[in-house]
Amino acid sequence: MSATEAGLLVAVFAACAVEAVEAATIVLAIGTVRGWRAAWAGTGAGLAVLAVVVAALGPALTAVPLGALRLVVGGLLLTFGLQWLRKAILRAGGVKALSDEDVRFARERGAALAHDEGAESNARGVDAYGFVVAFKGVVLEGLEVAFIVVTFGANDGHVAAAAGAAVLAVLVVAGAVALARAPLRRVPENTLKFAVGVMLTAFGTFWGAEGAGIAWPGGEAALAGVVAWVALVAVGLAALLRRRGGAPRAARVAA
Amino acid sequence: MRRLRGLWAFAVDFVVGDDWRLALGAVAALGAVALCAEAGADVWWLAPALIAATLAVSVLGARRDPP
Repeated sequence: MSATEAGLLVAVFAACAVEAVEAATIVLAIGTVRGWRAAWAGTGAGLAVLAVVVAALGPALTAVPLGALRLVVGGLLLTFGLQWLRKAILRAGGVKALSDEDVRFARERGAALAHDEGAESNARGVDAYGFVVAFKGVVLEGLEVAFIVVTFGANDGHVAAAAGAAVLAVLVVAGAVALARAPLRRVPENTLKFAVGVMLTAFGTFWGAEGAGIAWPGGEAALAGVVAWVALVAVGLAALLRRRGGAPRAARVAA
Repeated sequence: MRRLRGLWAFAVDFVVGDDWRLALGAVAALGAVALCAEAGADVWWLAPALIAATLAVSVLGARRDPP
């Protein structure tokens, strides 16, 4: 396995772990309030949808000529990566509040409790509200990861390996939540987001520019330089924000 | 029709995200690289430079006007 492929799998694993932590918090809140049957059914249905997205888009993308593929995939990774990185820099710089799984859990739990009056169950006794919230949580948190798996995998011809890294991340997070029976508040979410943002932005820049027609000096080895450059810029911007004192307290926003 | 519009809005939000300048900067950077490469210029440094500038504009802009 080359260093590029290893980096790709680590980035997919980390991206999936971050989103899985957020989805797990929603599922946990639904499970404790509305019952585990609805929570698991919604989670299963959501994961099935994401699997279909990967299975359908993966082979379709590999049919696109490599130059065009790298341009499109690079552009997509770049936009996703820049979004992740921007959010992580703003949090690291004190402009945006850090993501708090306890707050998210309390919010989801409160919403689920408030809906208790109008509870509806289908013929199999699955709570409809719980099912829909768990399903939406898993699909919305996972859709970006599904695209990352497909684009990363298709570009390097390793959709199955990228999907395997994503599945492993889901299993690790699900196992941790099952053991803790509480939101995973100790996961260094912003550090992971920061690292994923750097990797996505660097891979996007590298592949996108290559697809646009340039040849990198040193070939694939230049990717390490691009990763270092993006990391340097991101760390520098976060430090600059911190030195300026972030944003006024009142302006800070929750996740 | 309403569903289609909703789907389009979701797709745009999914790709563009919190700050449209990031998506525009990414497209502009790759477009500029493509044009220069077509003209025969060796501009491997251009995309990293433009991406860094795009990120700086977005982040520092957010500091002035927090999201």
